[in-house]
Amino acid sequence: MSTRPAIALDPTRSVVDQLRERVAAMERRPARESIATLPALAEVAPLTAGSTYGVDSATLALAMAAGASQAGEWVGFAGWSDFGVEAAAGLGIELSRTVLVPDLGEHWLEVTAALIDVLRVVVIRPPAVVDARAAEKLESRLRTRSGALVVWGQWPRCEARLSLEHSRWSGPQSGAGWLGERSVSVVVRRGERVVQRADLTVAAGLELVVPSPTSLRRAVT
Amino acid sequence: MRVLVVWCPDWSVVAAAAQAGLGRSEPAAVVSGNLVEVCNAAARASGVRRGMRRRDAQSRCPGLALLPANDERDARAFEAVLSAVEELRPGVASLRPGLLAVRAPGGWFGTEANAAATICETLVEGGVPDVRLGVADDLFTAEQAARSVDTQAWEVVPAGGSARFLAPLPIDVVAAEGAEGRDAVSLLRRLGLRTLGDLAALPGDAIEARLGRYGASVWRRARGEDPALFAARSAPPELEEQVVFEPPLDSAEAVTFSVRTTTERFVAGLAARQLVATGVRIEVESEGVVVSARTWLHPRFFAPRDLVDRVHWQLQSAEMGGSLRARKESGGISAPVELVRFVPDAVEPAAAHGEALWGGGSDDRVERGVARVQAMVGFDAVRRPVRQGGRSPAARHATVTWGEKAVDLRPVDRPWPGSVPGPAPVRVFAEPPLAEVVGDDGRVVAVCERGLVSAEPRRFRLARPDGTGALLPWQPVSAWAGPWPCDESWWSGGAGLTSRFQVVGADGRAWLLVCRETGWSVEAGYD
Repeated sequence: MSTRPAIALDPTRSVVDQLRERVAAMERRPARESIATLPALAEVAPLTAGSTYGVDSATLALAMAAGASQAGEWVGFAGWSDFGVEAAAGLGIELSRTVLVPDLGEHWLEVTAALIDVLRVVVIRPPAVVDARAAEKLESRLRTRSGALVVWGQWPRCEARLSLEHSRWSGPQSGAGWLGERSVSVVVRRGERVVQRADLTVAAGLELVVPSPTSLRRAVT
Repeated sequence: MRVLVVWCPDWSVVAAAAQAGLGRSEPAAVVSGNLVEVCNAAARASGVRRGMRRRDAQSRCPGLALLPANDERDARAFEAVLSAVEELRPGVASLRPGLLAVRAPGGWFGTEANAAATICETLVEGGVPDVRLGVADDLFTAEQAARSVDTQAWEVVPAGGSARFLAPLPIDVVAAEGAEGRDAVSLLRRLGLRTLGDLAALPGDAIEARLGRYGASVWRRARGEDPALFAARSAPPELEEQVVFEPPLDSAEAVTFSVRTTTERFVAGLAARQLVATGVRIEVESEGVVVSARTWLHPRFFAPRDLVDRVHWQLQSAEMGGSLRARKESGGISAPVELVRFVPDAVEPAAAHGEALWGGGSDDRVERGVARVQAMVGFDAVRRPVRQGGRSPAARHATVTWGEKAVDLRPVDRPWPGSVPGPAPVRVFAEPPLAEVVGDDGRVVAVCERGLVSAEPRRFRLARPDGTGALLPWQPVSAWAGPWPCDESWWSGGAGLTSRFQVVGADGRAWLLVCRETGWSVEAGYD
């Protein structure tokens, strides 16, 4: 408790506006405060407070939390018995501000709610089928605490669902070499709206890189 | 005010040995940074001393069990002793693991010697054989009295007799207070002072001028005029709140449910004075007697809801009881509860705890929230991830119980030959699920002793960790790399030759598969 990181202010926006947002959040009238997201994902899936996001791969789940962690927020991972610590650090998650609950047990809903109370981004793998009522309870908690929930698995209602498609590895060739870069497309589905797509490269050090502005295509599929 | 001190010698060894499942008579020592920090009587009998190098200690006593130092473990183990003493006499203060102080119980036990005997008997029956007690007018004298007696014995220094008791003690007893104490002892010995009596006889103003503030405090303690009290700060009494049950309630749930409005009144009363409570003492009375009293501390400050939780925990722990209290009959609070009282023990201005507009303060909030999660899922279930060095992905990380310090981590910045290159896997299985990898001819691929692969892997499948069904059904291999052979600890019966492969499936997901003599398994996934 020695270090007290100041909340990072976005230099591109007016300081007064950002402080107003924060005051509003403290008065329990949360504005749709935005949460720091990795630059590579900010284009297609910027995190906003009070929302739930569904993902289908561990890399995406870690990447969604990495931006907030880099910006000085606390993040938590719940229900992950196979959490890759090294990969999390590689993606930019600050391990000293990370809470890990590998096994949620039967009271997973209460535990998740308690984590949402204090952490900015909580990533969970629900151990059981989630019904709409349970999800609603957590969402109302999210709105009052201005946090975001990232779910790796099934969830009744999400702000956006992200999935990893067309994953191609470079490096290994029948025995020689080793895994290197990986090119993927992140596909974002938001209810009935058009599907957004972003091509990314996951470098060997696990940084997410947008290959080049021209190859970023957003297509209606 | 008379003080009773309970001293359990070599407490870190007692706690560590209990955790490691060692017997009490086996020689053991707690080692920190290659030096013996504390050792038990059996080890001392073989010539092991505090501050000795680990190798020297082992050469003097080959059977010596070396245990890691861990302050949190010691404190946790001591909690059982605290609550056992608390049952006999509320208002216990833990000075450090192994040493506790309490206001000396008087009338009810008859004499102070009887009280000490009762406490000693309770602790010995509870499984702490080495206890020593001292009773005196002040804390320092009581501690020295406890240190002067043999195991399972006590010393009562009569009122006003502190100075006479302390006078013949050697000056070295001050050295137990750490580096500052050792410096002071070294200086005092050079000045020709051999006993506490010699020191106490000197004039006070000269001591302060020559030895500074610490020296003056040692001087005051040596004269038995120790001003240090162990009680916490206390708030004005009108901030207390209590709730009376008529008729008395006999279930913890009913009591918990009924204290809600009182806790709200309590917090509101403090808030009206711009105060928040960070420590609250909860007293439970039945038949006019305080049956349970305990001070609860909060990492931030108490809200009404937190207080309700604490009441629940206090009553529940009284119901379930630890191993120390197992001899008492369990099952329900012993008597119906008549009254619950909330006494503010430590209060602070509310302004120090407000949510900051410019950020900050969030670490405290997290501590508090995580403590709540620990109360729900168990102390060990909340972890903090850390990196360490190693060859397999599972060996390259560790998780530490939240709130504890990481110990015995392998350094990351070593070459670790034999580790697998490429990106770190995002999923690392603690218990690797089984896998099958076959070549063109449908036979399982094997690796020979020289690291040659019997056939090119063509298809693979992964089983679920729990053995039910498949994590991934048969699918063709689109690319593979390896093997990275590795034979760890072959000189002491290690796991045998392991060969790691990176295998990319047709769906674009990559896995880290391991081939052992016993077969294939999947260690990690690059999902």
